[in-house]
Amino acid sequence: MSKKKNSFLLGMAAGIPIALGYLSVSFAFGISAVRAGLTYIEASMISLTNLTSAGQVAGIDVIAARGSLFEMAAVQFTINLRYALMGISLSQNLDKSYTFPYRLIGAHGITDEIYAVCSTHKEPIKPAYMYGMTAIAVSGWVSGTFIGAFAGKALPEQVTAALGIVIYGMFIAIIVPPASKQRSILFTVIAAALLSIACKLFLPMISSGFAVIICAVGAAALAAAIFPVKEE
Amino acid sequence: MAIALYIAVMAGVTYLVRMIPFAFFTKKIESVYIKSFLHYMPYAVLSAMTIPAIFFSTGNMTTAIIGTIVALVLAYLDLPLIAVAIAAAAAVFAAGVFLN
Repeated sequence: MSKKKNSFLLGMAAGIPIALGYLSVSFAFGISAVRAGLTYIEASMISLTNLTSAGQVAGIDVIAARGSLFEMAAVQFTINLRYALMGISLSQNLDKSYTFPYRLIGAHGITDEIYAVCSTHKEPIKPAYMYGMTAIAVSGWVSGTFIGAFAGKALPEQVTAALGIVIYGMFIAIIVPPASKQRSILFTVIAAALLSIACKLFLPMISSGFAVIICAVGAAALAAAIFPVKEE
Repeated sequence: MAIALYIAVMAGVTYLVRMIPFAFFTKKIESVYIKSFLHYMPYAVLSAMTIPAIFFSTGNMTTAIIGTIVALVLAYLDLPLIAVAIAAAAAVFAAGVFLN
């Protein structure tokens, strides 16, 4: 039992930078949600039940335009499809205790950031570890939304502008150390970045969620062909 | 249409997309190619999400580039995630104040 609690706390600790990054990103989401005509309760409910940035931003666009529910479902499916891939990837490195009922709950915590931290974690993932990380990430995400929706206009613009980079700073901190040590990962990172720039320049009509899928799948497929991972 | 209905559809679709593969996929993958692909996926996802989006994340490309350079250097020095993230934001803030 104490061991279980321990992994929960470990997960929470590992999730602190995620929560802080989320706080700043969801703050911006809260501001736009109110601009789109939602109340701060509705905005916070969306953050609690969706826990995703690109999908939520696209979702409030659909609501603001009074689109159909089918459009809403199609948009969410496309933008969030990457989580399906991440779920399969994560399923390969789960602890034996991570059984079906735990997975039903744990699935809600599959986000880009939680996936990145869990999938680069050295040991098999225990439910408590992922739950701890999800719990603190959700609190950051929902409270940021609430504060942004409620009091967003009160903060000086230079502060909100600076907060915009927090989550990307965290991404860089995750990818640079392994990329500087392993050529295969450096190759993956550069290939994905170049593809992503090309998407932005030449295919601007593709939504950002969909662009991420194409670029990530392309870069990982290429890296896997050139640098197959040897068995440990 | 009621906003609650939109929110329910958003939440429902997003949850199912996450849950179905994660809960039902229990096989161990044997193919070296697919294993390698999944090994490189997180790095590819994070890189594609960061670049070029980071350059537009502060509303001013100059401050964003300064923040990016600070993040790259500190990450290369293996500093903790949170230190890199906050230092990047502090650099953007300082650059914003300085440039105005």
